[in-house]
Amino acid sequence: MYKDLKWKIPLILSVLLGAVWLSYPLKEKIALGLDLQGGMHLVLEVKVEKAVEASLDRLADDIKRDITEEDLEVDRVKVIFSTRQVNIRMVDNLDLPPVKTILGNYPFFSMVSEDSDGLGLVYQMSLDQVKQIEQNAVSQGLETIRNRVDQFGVSEPTIQAQGENRILVQLPGVKDPERAINLIGKTARLEFKLLDEENSLQKALAGDIDEESEILNQRIVDKETGAVTKEPFLLRKRTVLTGETLTGAEVRFDSDFNEPYVALNFNSVGAMIFQQVTRENIKKRLAIVLDDNVYSAPVIQDEIAGGRAQITGRFTSEEARDLAIILRAGALPAPVIILENRTVGPSLGQDSINKGITSIIYGGLVVVAFIAIYYKLSGIIAVIALFLNIVLLAGALAYFGAALTLPGIAGIILTVGMAIDANVLVFERIREELRIGKTVRAAIDAGFSKAFRTIVDANITTFIAAVVLFQFGTGPIKGFAITLCIGIAASMFTAVFVSRAIFDGTMSQRKLDKLSI
Amino acid sequence: MKIISSETHFDFMGKIKITIAISGLMILVGLASIVMSGGLKYGIDFSGGTLVQLQFKTPPNIEEIRGGLKSIGLGESTIQEFGTKRDILIRVQRSEEKLEAVGSKIRNSLGEKFNKQDITVERVEMVGPKVGSDLREKALLSILYAVIGIVIYISWRFELRYAAAAIIALVHDVLVTMGAFSLFDKEFTLVIVAAFLTIIGYSLNDTIVVFDRIRENLRRKGKNTLAQTINVSINQTLSRTLLTSGTTLLVVLSLFFFGGEIIHDFSFALLVGVLVGTYSSIFIASVFLVFLDSRRRA
Repeated sequence: MYKDLKWKIPLILSVLLGAVWLSYPLKEKIALGLDLQGGMHLVLEVKVEKAVEASLDRLADDIKRDITEEDLEVDRVKVIFSTRQVNIRMVDNLDLPPVKTILGNYPFFSMVSEDSDGLGLVYQMSLDQVKQIEQNAVSQGLETIRNRVDQFGVSEPTIQAQGENRILVQLPGVKDPERAINLIGKTARLEFKLLDEENSLQKALAGDIDEESEILNQRIVDKETGAVTKEPFLLRKRTVLTGETLTGAEVRFDSDFNEPYVALNFNSVGAMIFQQVTRENIKKRLAIVLDDNVYSAPVIQDEIAGGRAQITGRFTSEEARDLAIILRAGALPAPVIILENRTVGPSLGQDSINKGITSIIYGGLVVVAFIAIYYKLSGIIAVIALFLNIVLLAGALAYFGAALTLPGIAGIILTVGMAIDANVLVFERIREELRIGKTVRAAIDAGFSKAFRTIVDANITTFIAAVVLFQFGTGPIKGFAITLCIGIAASMFTAVFVSRAIFDGTMSQRKLDKLSI
Repeated sequence: MKIISSETHFDFMGKIKITIAISGLMILVGLASIVMSGGLKYGIDFSGGTLVQLQFKTPPNIEEIRGGLKSIGLGESTIQEFGTKRDILIRVQRSEEKLEAVGSKIRNSLGEKFNKQDITVERVEMVGPKVGSDLREKALLSILYAVIGIVIYISWRFELRYAAAAIIALVHDVLVTMGAFSLFDKEFTLVIVAAFLTIIGYSLNDTIVVFDRIRENLRRKGKNTLAQTINVSINQTLSRTLLTSGTTLLVVLSLFFFGGEIIHDFSFALLVGVLVGTYSSIFIASVFLVFLDSRRRA
């Protein structure tokens, strides 16, 4: 009699011990979601079209250079972004065949038409190439952001691509969200540009601007009031040197005023260009531009060899440190915008944990008291099964590495309700069987076996809903879905298997002719 | 101990007209409320926008907050207390795609009237319009897939007409809960969709227990009509239905009262859903089972 208890009891005990082992101590074993521990969840979109535009610009420059190097005279090379085309205009129509040969070196460009006057050619970039550039922009952006975050120092960040051009960044426990956003989101395109000192800034501001020049501003933030003023600069459009040749950037302090600045180091190519530019432009001004903001525009005093430069700009040491991090990690290949930002402060997270636990305890106590009174000794068995259920839930959460979220806590509370449901189904069935005059033993058997199918059927619908939620949900909702799924599975095990074993175990000790139910 | 006597003989099927009237009324009032308030009220998850939760050291004056927000062009924001007088929730329709931390921007704008040290940014949620429409689509799809999955399961375990009746009960529950949401001027967010899916699952849970008993009783076929069998089945399961709804209600109430402001609307949805779900599995699902059966015979 009750032979199967011989394996059921060890099985239940080992499952229980396993769950405890997996989840103890709770604080270390169960990960908390961002909504409970505080932190930042960002979804960024990489403006991949900007990377394509930049690539077209660069290629147009290369094409122009290649043609000029063949001693041919170019009228202009114009980029038409909307159609991914480059229009090459020559001065002499005899030059077109050699230009075609040169373009043969650009396999991802194909000729689409020839201008009717015989002086121009139109080439188009292939869609495959566009796709390639876009993919690179996302994967490089991901890598750059990962570098920046690593240097910023956040424990266990999540940085992953999402969809075609989105990047998901999760920073648990981040203290200063504003700083983090600046650090992650800055494109950090560093450019050195010469000032246009031949034309007047006033005229340019009035609209009379040289085709080769542009106006960029220097943002000056008053440290006292926080007010922002802008000082315009007239710059040559051509970038003489970019941040791509940087090998290092670090914070240094000015020996006179103790003001922080960022010291830059260039690689040999960068150093060579820098030396050449400074040699040819002594006494002229060179602007250091980051993301179209002018940081400073010092006068070149002398030729600078060795590939060193510095960015000054009335920084706080924190700003200087972040700028150095960004420059070291490199520029994003394309700008990013924030599509979604969910940030929870640490105190609110703790508050949510406390409230969640309070409601579990109150809800649980009321249910436990009610069941114990209503079903007497059998009710106590249900309560034991319920406790086991929660232990299993904790073990499973730890095992799957699923983060506990605030909706997840709600899922646990619901599980408490549902676990009781399975017991109630069984107990009501046993009561019915007892009423029609069955013996205790027969009533328990019939009660469990008849209720079993109902329990499965009834729980599977909730399970289906929870699985769908898991598939579609994000963050906190996923946490809810997973606790619900685990909770349902655990409650079927505890209510059917464990309760049954306890009943059988009690029955095997002594023969009952009356059941406390 | 017993709350419901073991041998109840309530005539549920005889009260069809009353229950249909009650349900019809609940749904109509809900729908009317939705129409009058110009559709469902979407939270920022679906409409896009920005939400900032601030905690002040001492209860602030809401008009002074509005003044500060005006200075940065956010005068149109909704400002409300959130749980306590010190916690303030600010909602802005617009979402900033630029790289600006809205939370600290708002906090800075309040620097004139308040001491900035006394303000903590507790929470910032910003959802861009693109993500908003993505999430809307996802939410709809998830409800659709859940319903399809459930229909397939019930038709497999029972018969198609059971599935049909169950779905009608489920739609009933969702409609009533949505109406209640509109009546109480609550917003639809992602978390609420999760609550709705749970309600769908839960409502079916009850319905299936009743259906299971109906099926069992139909197998030992007596002289009873379907309606009589259903009535007996509901009576037999009544005690269980009320008990488990009762215990679930207890835990949800605990969540509603102690779970905190953030999860308040979620527990509200569950609260309404559990009540309506219990009601519908007793009254609505079985009524339609009889109705669908009589159509089949006719």
